[in-house]
Amino acid sequence: MKEKPYWSPYVSGLGLGITLLLAFVLMGRGLGASGAMMRFTTALVDLFAHDHVMANPYFAKYAENPFSNWLVYEILGVMIGGFLSGMLAGRNKWRTGRGPNISKHKRWVYAFAGGAIMGFGARLSRGCTSGLALTGGATLAVGGWVFMFAVFAAAYATAYFVRKQWI
Amino acid sequence: MAPFFKYGFFTEQTGLIIALILGVSFGFWLERAGFGYSRKLALQFYFKDMTVLNVMFTAIVVAMLGLLLFSLFGWLDITKIYINPTYLWAQLIGGLILGVGFAIGGYCPGTSVVGAVTGHVDAYFFLGGAMFGMFVFGEMFPSLEGLYNWGAMGDVRLSDVFNISSGVVALAVVILAILFFLGGEWLENKFGKEGL
Repeated sequence: MKEKPYWSPYVSGLGLGITLLLAFVLMGRGLGASGAMMRFTTALVDLFAHDHVMANPYFAKYAENPFSNWLVYEILGVMIGGFLSGMLAGRNKWRTGRGPNISKHKRWVYAFAGGAIMGFGARLSRGCTSGLALTGGATLAVGGWVFMFAVFAAAYATAYFVRKQWI
Repeated sequence: MAPFFKYGFFTEQTGLIIALILGVSFGFWLERAGFGYSRKLALQFYFKDMTVLNVMFTAIVVAMLGLLLFSLFGWLDITKIYINPTYLWAQLIGGLILGVGFAIGGYCPGTSVVGAVTGHVDAYFFLGGAMFGMFVFGEMFPSLEGLYNWGAMGDVRLSDVFNISSGVVALAVVILAILFFLGGEWLENKFGKEGL
């Protein structure tokens, strides 16, 4: 099957906005992502070093019933929804997203490094692009807006140095 | 009256099912927009594809106006809606760190999940990295606690700090969004739009 083009950003944005609004109306809370990842991370560490997790106040907070959590269920849904959308558009196949001037192995190293920096930043901010910028943005939370502009400012400032990766 | 969960219309267990369904919709729309593909996200930072900004601001405007209107009509108790607590300096510094990671890694946490399920190998490396970064943060937490709580202001909204009504803030956000949409289109044409 030939890959279908992506939908207009305004249509996708409308769909995303209605989803977020439904979360507010039904649950009284927004969407998120990095909180679920923190729970997976904690559960993984807990497997190997339970006492260590319990001795650390930050890990311990996430260690009790790590998977019986709203964000964890939401992220399971994201997996299903993303997969379905990709399947319907013929986009589900193995590949590495990269520009024409970088090998896929180098791109994997960058992806891991960028992920590590982002994971650290998301914990320091108490949220990521979904949980803080999008949700906090829509509720007009001060921290959400400060965070959003900081993210874009730093990403634009960094872009020049990693341009070989993307363009 | 909404929010239904806070008014006891359903249990926490039902809430988890709702989380799953809302997640399906969230993932679907992220993938539709092209957010499973790291390069499409990253081209935002070269002004070659402004999809990220357009999608984000459309979604923020829709949800924000929905909240304000429902509250105005008396359908929704806005005081029961979760507001992210503000820790000004922690979130400013965390945002800067996260932005560096965004340009290098090409994903953010939610989009990397969509990338992974649609077969993007780089998304798996990103996810592994993100979990490693979170582990490091957790390990360092005792020495980071001061930074983590720096600038605590409580659940404040823009209307509180600027001492203006939410309607005026919302209008400003709508105008900002329109400026971003128009400016983004102009920049895409100037820097060479890449239709991915």
